[in-house]
Amino acid sequence: MSAAPARRPFFRRQKSCPFSGPGAPKIDYKDVKLLQRFTSERGKIVPSRITAVSAKKQRELARAIKRARNLALLPFLVK
Amino acid sequence: MALYEAVFIARQDISAAQAEALGEKYQGIIAENGGKVTKTEYWGLKNLAYRIKKNRKGHYTLLNLDAPATAIREMERNLRIDEDVLRYLTVRVEELEEGPSAMLRSREERGRGGRFGDRGRDRDRDRDGGPRGRRDWGPREGAPREREAEPVATGADE
Repeated sequence: MSAAPARRPFFRRQKSCPFSGPGAPKIDYKDVKLLQRFTSERGKIVPSRITAVSAKKQRELARAIKRARNLALLPFLVK
Repeated sequence: MALYEAVFIARQDISAAQAEALGEKYQGIIAENGGKVTKTEYWGLKNLAYRIKKNRKGHYTLLNLDAPATAIREMERNLRIDEDVLRYLTVRVEELEEGPSAMLRSREERGRGGRFGDRGRDRDRDRDGGPRGRRDWGPREGAPREREAEPVATGADE
């Protein structure tokens, strides 16, 4: 599956985790700009299947977003 | 001693000088209890993402601490009592950040490239996004680079 040739009709290219590898940004609850990219317009946390964040990093990210929400840096919901 | 980062938000009605004084007060409490404050950052009067005790804005202060748990407890106890403090967060960290934190760095960038750069635009769009139901996370697929293509995508959907 992962090594499938590009001819398949529903081929999706392999996405890689934005927080892994060299030069990746550090997940930090103070970095509002970064965290905002991983929340929806409504303020929800975007699932990792869409953002391709690895499971480990997604947990870290969720923790950071929740901390930022608590400090009113990010909204709990946008109406 | 363990390393901590503490952020607290002070009421909007106090002046910047008072907010700084508040920061010093908590530095004093840490020092009295045998801790060290390695860095203090005053982020200024920032807009809150939602109202807290009728406040729309708040003075944010960050303290980087190297202190025993007893000092942290004493500081948090005082933060809870203090009427000027809307909220606080203390987290234990593996290592303390040197230099300005992400918050101040982003501020510098904004200063260089127009005051209401990326962030302002983002906010506005969120507001007129309206009820879009299950399309909620649609447009951000593929994250930041595709931002330019977004209006097209949403238009097609409606």
